[in-house]
Amino acid sequence: MTPFTVLTGLVAPLDRANVDTDQIIPKQYLKSIRRTGFGDYLFDAWRFEDEGDIGMTPNERTINRSFVLNQPRYQGAQILVAGPNFGCGSSREHAVWALSEYGFRCVIAPSFADIFHSNCFKNGLLPVVLPKETVDELMAGAADGGFELTVDLPAQTVTLPDGRSIGFDIDPNRKRMLVEGLDDIGLTLAEADAIRRFETGHRQRMPWLFME
Amino acid sequence: MAPTTLYDKVWDAHVVGQRADGQTMLYIDQQLLHEVTSPQAFEGLELAGRPPWRVGANLATPDHNVPTERRELGLDGIDDPVALEQVITLDRNCKRYGITEFDITDTRQGIVHVMGPEQGATLPGMTIVCGDSHTSTHGAFGALAQGIGTSDVEHVLATQCLVQSKARNYRVQVDGRLGAGVTAKDLILAIIGRIGTAGATGHTLEFMGEAVRALSMEGRMTMCNMAIEAGARAGMVAVDDTTLEYVHGRPFAPSGDLWNQAEDYWRTLVSDPDARFDASLTLDGSALEPQVSWGTSPEMVVPVSGATPNPDRLDDPAAAEGVRRALAYMGLAPDQPITDIRLDRVFIGSCTNSRIEDLRAAAAVVRGRKVAGTVKQAMVVPGSGLVKAQAEEEGLAQIFLDAGFEWRAAGCSMCLAMNPDRLMPGEHCASTSNRNFEGRQGYGGRTHLVSPAMAAAAAVAGHFVDVRELS
Ligand code: SF4
Repeated sequence: MTPFTVLTGLVAPLDRANVDTDQIIPKQYLKSIRRTGFGDYLFDAWRFEDEGDIGMTPNERTINRSFVLNQPRYQGAQILVAGPNFGCGSSREHAVWALSEYGFRCVIAPSFADIFHSNCFKNGLLPVVLPKETVDELMAGAADGGFELTVDLPAQTVTLPDGRSIGFDIDPNRKRMLVEGLDDIGLTLAEADAIRRFETGHRQRMPWLFME
Repeated sequence: MAPTTLYDKVWDAHVVGQRADGQTMLYIDQQLLHEVTSPQAFEGLELAGRPPWRVGANLATPDHNVPTERRELGLDGIDDPVALEQVITLDRNCKRYGITEFDITDTRQGIVHVMGPEQGATLPGMTIVCGDSHTSTHGAFGALAQGIGTSDVEHVLATQCLVQSKARNYRVQVDGRLGAGVTAKDLILAIIGRIGTAGATGHTLEFMGEAVRALSMEGRMTMCNMAIEAGARAGMVAVDDTTLEYVHGRPFAPSGDLWNQAEDYWRTLVSDPDARFDASLTLDGSALEPQVSWGTSPEMVVPVSGATPNPDRLDDPAAAEGVRRALAYMGLAPDQPITDIRLDRVFIGSCTNSRIEDLRAAAAVVRGRKVAGTVKQAMVVPGSGLVKAQAEEEGLAQIFLDAGFEWRAAGCSMCLAMNPDRLMPGEHCASTSNRNFEGRQGYGGRTHLVSPAMAAAAAVAGHFVDVRELS
């Protein structure tokens, strides 16, 4: 996984609460058996005025000019600032893949849904939780475009253009995973002996779980 | 020993230990697999040259993508080549690794969350995962069942462990008994309406109280199914006689001495009387009415006697904006009575409400009546091939067909419209599924979440009605 350390990037504001993963990437694209190819369909029903299908390119579509990500001033944005409960609903990791492939490396919101939040860490996308008032301030700051933030994961700070730094909390273990770009499965398999030991005891305690 | 909750007990019984990075490894007893969220996980295993840790702890079936017509054709009935490739990929992966799969031609095929319990593959006290957020369904058995993303599907395949931190405990106590015509679906919708879609984020819900104890296993599954719609990754109900009676004799359930040994343990799977919960909610079940969602989030729900909200009367400008946007998407006016909403389609199905009792409840309303002429399509999609067969044997299928419903083969179908079953832009649908998100049931479609009996009543009337007033 690509490590995440310090990112300075343009902010795009998505001022909506409860953005669900069906909006982030609609179902027709989940038929793909690949991990890539989702960026063109991020926020599909909001970005485009027509109904899309797998394999279509943005050139073939009718662009919704009023949607924030389609405005010239947000092209190249790497940081998405959104409302509370971002990523609720379906567990589809395709939502994280779509955001990453589109170019986002960090999402800042007052709160995230649990499954989306843990999916982010598996893919090098940093979810940052900040208080609602701060998020509102960032949202306002980004309203005219050209608003850049520096997200420093090792230092756990978000720095505004005026130089103010705001701290954020993050689980220290998950932080390490991202900063060092660790292989999640490899880390667990390093404990294979412990898993085997547990399994042996578990089988003795609950043999009905091992009838295969 | 300090008193513990049901969630604490199941969690504690599965902690393997800490990894080098300090995170907790939780042992997983059962993983359910389907075609949509597993291909990239299998590919990851293959690329890394890692074998599955414990093949027998996995069970697969295709459900999201499969067409619900022409099932006798098997794979040849899938017209969409991309969907076909995905279904075939699941078959191929299962064959390659020796994972048990109920494929598209198997009568045991069905929605994973219907199939697992039906087979007895879901047992009390288990830890269960699936690459699907409605895995919470299985918590009805006193299991800890959670939805996970595809990277975690791969992780569990490779290590039999899920790495996560423990959630907090949230108790939902429902006193009294639900009235006639009021179901588990109405109860869970009302709870979500009360606490909101993020109300239980970071928590495991435990449903308890007289109304919950009186529910059948199918009703408990309906409740736990929608725990995720309140933000909780898992919902649970304590084990009791109802649980054990349901599990007994199912194909994957233990029998004989092993059953007795299991039962002794399963009976301990209840929260201690003085266990500590981090949050709680108490409701009077006897005061509940049938519920109908009006908006684009499951928390946007009102009793059938109610009306849509009026954003001008809300103090919080952000909340008012959310209501305005939802009303605009749904094509509804403020203060519009729910019973004025006309339906274009009716969908009875999904992992929330496609089990035999759901179909019986809907059939009881439909019997001797006809789908209203203004309803373009009303369909019943049983949750599994076995539910379908049973409903046919009980004569329910004929009741639906006589009334003008379509009777389909098992799958997710119009719950998420990945297969050909879907709404057209602007259409209103009374649906027994769990999500009314924008476009969920088809691009531009408008979903209203209801119970099976309420959906059946709406099909007959052409608009929402209180099922208790149809006699
Ligand atoms: S029926 Fe709907 S909610 Fe349930 S697993 Fe299928 S798509 Fe998901």
